[in-house]
Amino acid sequence: MIKFTFYLFSLILIFASVRVVTVKNPVHAALFLVLAFFSSAAIWLLLQAEFLAIALVLVYVGAVMVLFLFVVMMLEINFSQLREGFVRNLPVAGLVGALILLEMVFVVGAWQNVPPPVATEIPNIVALGQVLYTDYFYPFEIAAALLLVAMIAAIALTMRPHNRAKYQKPDQQVSVNREDYVRIVNIPSEAKD
Amino acid sequence: MTIANLNIAWLLPEILILTMACVILVIDAYLPKQLRNLTYHLTQGTLLGAALLIIAANPMQPILAMNDMVIIDAMSVVLKLFIVLIVFFTFIYSREYLQDRKIFKGEYFVLGLFATLGMLIMVSAHNLLMVFLGLELLSLSLYAMIAMNRDSKVATEAAMKYFVLGALASGMLLYGMSMLYGITATLDLTKLSQSVSEISNDRIVISSVNQLISETEEVELAIKNVEKHVTTITNSPIATKIAEIIEANIETDAMVIIKPMLASSSQNYTILVFGLVFIVIGVAFKLGAVPFHSWIPDVYHGSPTSMTLFVASAPKIAAFAMVIRMLVDGMQTLHTDWQGMLILLSILSIIVGNIIAIAQQNIKRMLAYSTIAHVGYLLLGIIAANADGYAASMFYVVVYTIMTLGAFGMIILLSRTGFEADKIEDFKGLNERNPWYAMIMLIIMLSMAGVPPMVGFWAKWAVLAQVINAGFVWLAVLAVLFAVIGAFYYLRIVKLMYFDKPTSLVPIEAGVDMRFALSANALIVLLLGLMPNTLMAICLGAWGISV
Repeated sequence: MIKFTFYLFSLILIFASVRVVTVKNPVHAALFLVLAFFSSAAIWLLLQAEFLAIALVLVYVGAVMVLFLFVVMMLEINFSQLREGFVRNLPVAGLVGALILLEMVFVVGAWQNVPPPVATEIPNIVALGQVLYTDYFYPFEIAAALLLVAMIAAIALTMRPHNRAKYQKPDQQVSVNREDYVRIVNIPSEAKD
Repeated sequence: MTIANLNIAWLLPEILILTMACVILVIDAYLPKQLRNLTYHLTQGTLLGAALLIIAANPMQPILAMNDMVIIDAMSVVLKLFIVLIVFFTFIYSREYLQDRKIFKGEYFVLGLFATLGMLIMVSAHNLLMVFLGLELLSLSLYAMIAMNRDSKVATEAAMKYFVLGALASGMLLYGMSMLYGITATLDLTKLSQSVSEISNDRIVISSVNQLISETEEVELAIKNVEKHVTTITNSPIATKIAEIIEANIETDAMVIIKPMLASSSQNYTILVFGLVFIVIGVAFKLGAVPFHSWIPDVYHGSPTSMTLFVASAPKIAAFAMVIRMLVDGMQTLHTDWQGMLILLSILSIIVGNIIAIAQQNIKRMLAYSTIAHVGYLLLGIIAANADGYAASMFYVVVYTIMTLGAFGMIILLSRTGFEADKIEDFKGLNERNPWYAMIMLIIMLSMAGVPPMVGFWAKWAVLAQVINAGFVWLAVLAVLFAVIGAFYYLRIVKLMYFDKPTSLVPIEAGVDMRFALSANALIVLLLGLMPNTLMAICLGAWGISV
């Protein structure tokens, strides 16, 4: 039964991942990505990594992908232009990809003694909590620094300096005089013929 | 676990840089534009402070800190010191260039500090996780720093190319790491190295046991032979296991259990090498070795020169350390496997780098291809696969970064507002415009070509000597041959500077700090060439070899 579930979700995962890159509409691609996330979460559940599985659903599907969908819908990029080279490059890329896949299947496929999932008495999330802030304290801190860098980079690259934005200055608006803007010009009327 | 055995004090350089990066970030947000120089000075102060802390925290023997995540040893101290100093020089060279191009922003220096932090983490990583996090911290900062010049189309394109290919390389590296983890169930480099040597011992035992079984028809006799053989072996888990099985069962049963066990365990080694291939690919991407070099010319060419300088110098030291940490600290036992891969990368890099560089008209592109060639030479020492070889490579990478610093520094010096001196013709008649600057460029170009008495000669000599000692004479001959071909494009710059008429007579202006640093840079190249023993002794000392 577990084997059947595994193969079912694996097939869905592979199908969804292929569709992410082949489908024409970017919104559909994002939705297929959501499907891929769901299937991998299910596979993680089979490995008894329930915390990671639920984190994947909550964080990636719930937050990241929804945001991503918004961005895709708002940007209105012409995706057909971006994928122009797809068919042209397909033969070579497909051949190389198939070759690598074949080699990997031969090597990894022959690997028989895959270690079984570790069954522990303590639940997954407790085990994670026990090591995250102790054994893995340093990598955890560095990962935090990494996120900070991502944030700084995003702001530095997108924030436009003030001189482009137009502001109202109410004090100056109020203190405007008629003389500053209106000039009475005396235009001589044209002489009659 | 207590705070005391985290050994936090050994990490003070990293802690200082991280803290100051955050402090500078906040200070900079409130600084008025005319005080922006303060950010620059704070950054430089931080780097000098970190350099002092690195020297102060110099352990007599390797020290593990933060639950074995970090190792502080002689190699890490030397490389960290050079990284910090080289970033310091990079910022001196960049300051005016950035101001001229209106990208003199606080974030630039903050990201620079984060990149430095990433490099320090890579250098003293003792866990595959730390190698990866350090690498990502470095790369992410670099992508953003290149893209900082938003209005430049080429810079954005360079950043995008670097980002996509860098992400691909990180993916490869991560895949390799996951294969290693799958087979050894550890990320710690010491444990990984133990596990790897056990698996390769197992491989020898498996083939000899298989041979014993196939030699003898009779089951009982075969098992007796196997038992005699495996009890003499102590360093292989599978030998112990087989001995136990034979003791616990009668001969025919033992045979039934042992045979499938041998078949399934023989795959472990293959998977290990499979993971190794991906690790080598990832590393080759980061170093820029052929055939994973295609990003280097475009990124070097497209980035603002100050960023090219940053990308080309200190990260190479970190990438070298990454190779040493993973291939030597983690998988020294597999050296027969990675030697072959590195030989291929090295030959291709030397050939492609040196030949394509000749055809370049843009000096940044030319130096990019020269980098690729230098990476090929750098790998030669690692191919030797012994401590002397690693020391020679370490010498090479340090010398290479000092030379690159000078070369790109000169391009920055000749550039001015609205003008990039990135054509080879821009160096025409430099001797007439300013003999001292021409002299600096002469020293650096001769050093890169490997002409004695410049230090570049000693660097090439060191790696070639090691590769010959290791028995690859043909490789050394090939490397020398292409070094001679490569000398052409370095000497062409010298010819343009001294024998051609200048095309522009605009006086070369630069601040005192820039002129002083650049002169010092060239003099270091010359002095190290006259007295290479000091630096060589430091590099050998990092590998526990006393001179």
